[in-house]
Amino acid sequence: MKQYIIRRIFTSIIVLFGVSFLIYAMLRMMPGDFVEQITSGNPTITAEQKERLRELYGLNSSIPEGYISWIKDALCGDFGTSFTYKKPVIDVIKSRVGVSFALSATAFVIQLAIAIPLGILAARRQYKKTDYIIMFFALAGISLPSFFFAAVLQRTFAMELGWLPLSGMVSARENYTGFRLFLDMAYHFIMPITVFVITGVGSWLRYVRTNMLEVLNADYVRTARAKGLSEGKVVGKHAFRNTLIPIVTFIGGSIPGLFSGAIITEGIFSIDGLGMTALQAVNNKDLPFLMTYLMFLAVLTLLGTLISDILYAVVDPRVRYQ
Amino acid sequence: MVSADAAREKSNRNESELKIMSPGQLVIKRFLKNKLAIAGLIIMTLVVLFCFVGPFFSPYGEYEIFYIDTGTGEEISMYDTEGLKKPGVGVNVKAPMSSAHLLGTDADGRDVFTRLMYGGQISLQFSVAVTIIELIIGVTLGAFAGYFGGKTDMLIMRFVEIFYCIPFLPMMLIVSAFMMAFGIMPEDKIYYLMLIMGVFNWAGVARMVRGQMLTIRETEYMYAAKAAGLSVPRQIFRHMLPNAIPTIIVMATMDLGSFILTESTLSYLGVGLAFPYASLGNMVNAVNKSVIMRNYLNIWLPPGLLILAIVMAFNFIGDGLRDAFDPKGRR
Repeated sequence: MKQYIIRRIFTSIIVLFGVSFLIYAMLRMMPGDFVEQITSGNPTITAEQKERLRELYGLNSSIPEGYISWIKDALCGDFGTSFTYKKPVIDVIKSRVGVSFALSATAFVIQLAIAIPLGILAARRQYKKTDYIIMFFALAGISLPSFFFAAVLQRTFAMELGWLPLSGMVSARENYTGFRLFLDMAYHFIMPITVFVITGVGSWLRYVRTNMLEVLNADYVRTARAKGLSEGKVVGKHAFRNTLIPIVTFIGGSIPGLFSGAIITEGIFSIDGLGMTALQAVNNKDLPFLMTYLMFLAVLTLLGTLISDILYAVVDPRVRYQ
Repeated sequence: MVSADAAREKSNRNESELKIMSPGQLVIKRFLKNKLAIAGLIIMTLVVLFCFVGPFFSPYGEYEIFYIDTGTGEEISMYDTEGLKKPGVGVNVKAPMSSAHLLGTDADGRDVFTRLMYGGQISLQFSVAVTIIELIIGVTLGAFAGYFGGKTDMLIMRFVEIFYCIPFLPMMLIVSAFMMAFGIMPEDKIYYLMLIMGVFNWAGVARMVRGQMLTIRETEYMYAAKAAGLSVPRQIFRHMLPNAIPTIIVMATMDLGSFILTESTLSYLGVGLAFPYASLGNMVNAVNKSVIMRNYLNIWLPPGLLILAIVMAFNFIGDGLRDAFDPKGRR
C-alpha cells in the first residue's frame, strides 16, 4: 500500500511537469501581454520603455527559458508576484480560497443530505412513480446551464420579488461585524448556493441510486430477505452499508475540488472568490496569478483521484494494490 | 374444427411466450420499458423536427432584420429596399410577442422564434461533431493503451492524466484570446472550437475504453483470436471494440448533452460560437444586459429552456440505455 502511494505520487509529479509546461507555453503565447495592457492608454510611451517594463515583469525571456526560471522559483515555494494585485500570488490565492470553499462546502453538504436519502428511495422503488419523479428532477438539474438558472433566480427572487440581493457578498454601507456580518453574508450566499445544489445534486443522486441498485440485487440481500428480516433492517444494515464503499470513495475524491472556485457562478453573483479572480486575471493577462491558479487546479484534480483510490482500499479491505 | 383452432391458438401462444430473444432485443425491450427514456426520445424527436424541419415553415430568414415605420406602425423587412427609404423608419428591436413574431424580436431586430430553430440546429450539429472528434481520439488511444499494455499504456495514460488535469474553462478563455489575435474569421471559428473541445475532452473516453479493453483482453475468445493469428487491428476493431460499444454509446449520449451545455457556457463568457451563427448559447447570452433580463423574458428564456430540454433528453436517453445495457438489471 505504502509503495503504491509513493509510486502514484511519483507519476503525479511527472504529470504535473507536463501540465505546467503546457500551461506555461499557452499563457506566454497568449497575444497582447500585460505591458500592452497597462500602456495602451498612454500615447507617449516609447518602445524602449515598453521593453524595460517587459524585462521588469520577466516577459522578455523565451518560453523555455522563462519556464525553467518559473519552475526553479516554484520548487522553492516562490510563485511570483501578481501583476494586478502587486502581492505574492500565494497571498492572493490564500485570501480568496476561503470564500470559494465556504460556498462549495456548504453546497456539498446540502447536496449529500438530499442525494443520499432520495437516491436510496429511488433505488428501492425502481421504475415506480417515486423513482421517475426523483430521477426526473435530478436529471433536469444536471441539464440546467448554471448561468441560465442563475439568471432565472436573479430575475425572480431579486428583481421581481425583491426577497434576495441581486449579487455581491455583503450589504453596502452597513459595516456589519461579528455575527451580523455572518448572517449578512449567508443572506447573500443563498442564491449562489442554490445554483450549486440544484445543478450538482443530480449526479450524486444518480450515483447513489446506481450503487444502491447494484447492492439490492446482490445475493446477500436476497438471503437477508429470505431470513425474514424487516425491510428497514435489510436496507439500512445490509444494503446501505455496502453502498457506503463507493459513496465514501467518491466523497473523498470530491473534497479537493471544493477549493477550486467556480468561475461562472462567482462571476454572476460577483462573489470575490478564486473563480471570479481568475476570470479577471484572464482579462488583465495576469500571468503569474493564472499560472499558479491553473497549477493549483491541476494539483487538486490529481489529489482527488489519489484520495479516492486510496480510500477505496481503506474502506474495502478486499481491495489490495500492488 | 373448433378444437383444432383452439389447439393452434394455444401452440401459437406458447411459441410467443417461449420466443428466444437476442441480447439486442432484450436491451431494446428493457429500454422501452423505461418511461423517462421514452420521454427523452419523444423530446428529442420534437426538437429535431422543430430545428431541422421548422425553418421550411418559417416565413423569415435567420439573419432577416425587421424595421418599423414609426409613423404608421407598419413593419418592413430588410429585403424591402423601397420601404426602407421612407422617413421615420427604424429597426424594430425588442418587439413584443405578437402573431407576426411569436416570440418577438431580439435586440438586433431579428425574429426570436426563427432564430431559435437555427440556433438549435447549430448547437446540435456542433455537439455531434465534438463528440465524434472526442470518440475518434479517445477510442483509438484507449484501445491501444489497453491492448498493448506496458510502455505504450504507460505513455498514453500519462497523456490522459495531463489532459485530464488541464482546467477546461480557464484554458478555453485563453485559447479564445489566441483565435482573436490570429484573426480567425468568425465563420471558421466554429471548426476550431469543435477541434479544441474534442482535443480537451478525449481523456475521459480513453480512460474508460482502456478499462474495458483490459477486461476484454483476458477473455477466452481473445486468446482464440490471438491463437488464430489475426492481425492486431483486426483483433482490436473486430473483436474487442464491439464488446465495448455499450459503454461507449452511453458515454457518447451523455457527452452530446454536456457539450451543448459547455458551448452555451462558453457563449455566455463570450468565447463560444459567435455571429453569424445563432447558437442557443449566444442567444441566452442576451441576459447579460440587465434591461433585457428584467424586461424581455421572451428573448432569453426560450433558448435557455430549449437547451434544458435538449440536454435533459440526452440525459434521459443515456440513463435509460445504461440501465438497459446492464445485464444485472432487474428486468
